[in-house]
Amino acid sequence: MAPNTDSRPNLGNSAGKYLLEKLQQQSKNIVPPAIALFLFLAAWQILVSGPGATLPGPIKVVADTWDLIINPFMESGEDKGLGWQTLASLQRVAIGYSLAALIGILVGVVIGANNVLYKAVDPLFQVLRTVPPLAWLPIALAIFQNSGPAGIFVIFITAIWPIIFNTAVGVQQMPQDYKNVARVLRLSRQKYFFKILLPSIVPYMFSGLKIGIGLAWLAIVAAEMLRGDSGIGFFIWNSYNSSNNSEVILALVYIGVVGLLLDKLVGYIATLVVQEDPK
Amino acid sequence: MQTLNGQVPDSLTEKLKTPNHLSNPFLVIEDVSKVYPTASGSYTVLEGVNLTVYEGEFVCVIGHSGCGKSTLLDMVSGFRKPTDGEVRLQTKKITQPGPDRMVVFQNYSLLPWLTAFENVYLGVDSVYPDKPKAEKVKIVQEHLAMVGLTEAANKKPPQLSGGMKQRVSIARALAIRPQVLILDEPFGALDAITKEELQEELLKIWRGNRVTVLMITHDIDEALFLADRLVMMTNGPAAKIGEILDIPFSRPRDRAQIMEDPEYYNLRNYALDFLYRRFAHDNE
Repeated sequence: MAPNTDSRPNLGNSAGKYLLEKLQQQSKNIVPPAIALFLFLAAWQILVSGPGATLPGPIKVVADTWDLIINPFMESGEDKGLGWQTLASLQRVAIGYSLAALIGILVGVVIGANNVLYKAVDPLFQVLRTVPPLAWLPIALAIFQNSGPAGIFVIFITAIWPIIFNTAVGVQQMPQDYKNVARVLRLSRQKYFFKILLPSIVPYMFSGLKIGIGLAWLAIVAAEMLRGDSGIGFFIWNSYNSSNNSEVILALVYIGVVGLLLDKLVGYIATLVVQEDPK
Repeated sequence: MQTLNGQVPDSLTEKLKTPNHLSNPFLVIEDVSKVYPTASGSYTVLEGVNLTVYEGEFVCVIGHSGCGKSTLLDMVSGFRKPTDGEVRLQTKKITQPGPDRMVVFQNYSLLPWLTAFENVYLGVDSVYPDKPKAEKVKIVQEHLAMVGLTEAANKKPPQLSGGMKQRVSIARALAIRPQVLILDEPFGALDAITKEELQEELLKIWRGNRVTVLMITHDIDEALFLADRLVMMTNGPAAKIGEILDIPFSRPRDRAQIMEDPEYYNLRNYALDFLYRRFAHDNE
């Protein structure tokens, strides 16, 4: 029994130590960015404090937009909180990006598996993918006659190229060994697709999906600024037109944070799906 | 023949079997040539290769790198087609890969996202789609047990050592009951101890399953320990079979015992002489 009673305080002690260490580690991760952020805000405040400054400083931004900050889901007639606007944008991204992912992966697998087809469409796709998202907007509006579906189309057409090309490269890079295994075992098409092809291209697919989500978010904000009736891009343009620069800046913060979260989300899904070599 | 197995000394079984075998060639490589077109004209890898392998035989192929051993085996497995001549298994011409000629690949070729069990199961499930699931599971478990991997069945290849990966690969190959087992330098990347262990296991499995084995090796000692016959290739281009050595040691073989046999060194020296004097690899 003696060792037991001995070990108890030890255990508590080590647990406490562990917590302290964790905290120290975390503080290493938190303190430098916090200092950088503070310096950035301070510099901003100093830069705009001179006479004739055209932009509000951080303190003024917070003061001006306090209602919006504490109440993202407010609704009063035409005015909607930033939470609603963000959700409206995210909904378009979700639809456009899901379509882009689905069709992009399918097209990528097909052109990756067929060399002739790949060579045939490669020049065309290379040209199309350099077209900036906003340049698609007039065509999208012409097709759909409505800014909602047009925005979704712009997201789709922007996000699909990296998904197509990365998936195709994944198929092309698939080791010959795996194909040989499939051939000697005479795997059915279905088994080949789900047991060999898909798992082996997943890492490539996700790098395409990750680039795609970033582009999609860029595209939707721009598209909403030009032709929108809701969404965070529309909010920015609306605030600009009513000369409310504080609101514009607050919206930028929203866009940045949401973009980062989207990127992390796709990255997180990737880690769930992609096998990591425990080496 | 089955009743004789295990009751009669192997050497006798072999003798009893031989006449039957001679009249029934199992795997026939006939006048096989392989020519590749290149920018600077055609390149002949193999020319006029003839080899007959009998059922249940263990044949090793040795030769310098670039002599076309792998090309030859690829034509048996069906991954490549001969330019001239043909390869037949039980009188049927080989035109494409198939599970009757299962390959144990040089670099294991396991699917890293599947566990050892799933890797073997994929083969069994694909070759015997109509068997009930319980039976397929049992086959996989038996073969994993045979190579001593029951404990590691749920591990994925990145968690396995090289020797264990090769064991999974052998289990996968044997679980689908191939008629010919083709091994392309299966133990080349393994350390000496693991290599000897696996050689012994392979022999045991071969004796148990009576599968016909065709194996490429770089290692003369490995070939002398394992094979009934050792096929020695001349150098490429236009390589062919230089000589075939009969390896007469009785089975089951004991490594220490055959290494004491003076015949072992005669054969070894003969093979060395073939490879390093008569067909030494000139360094361009």
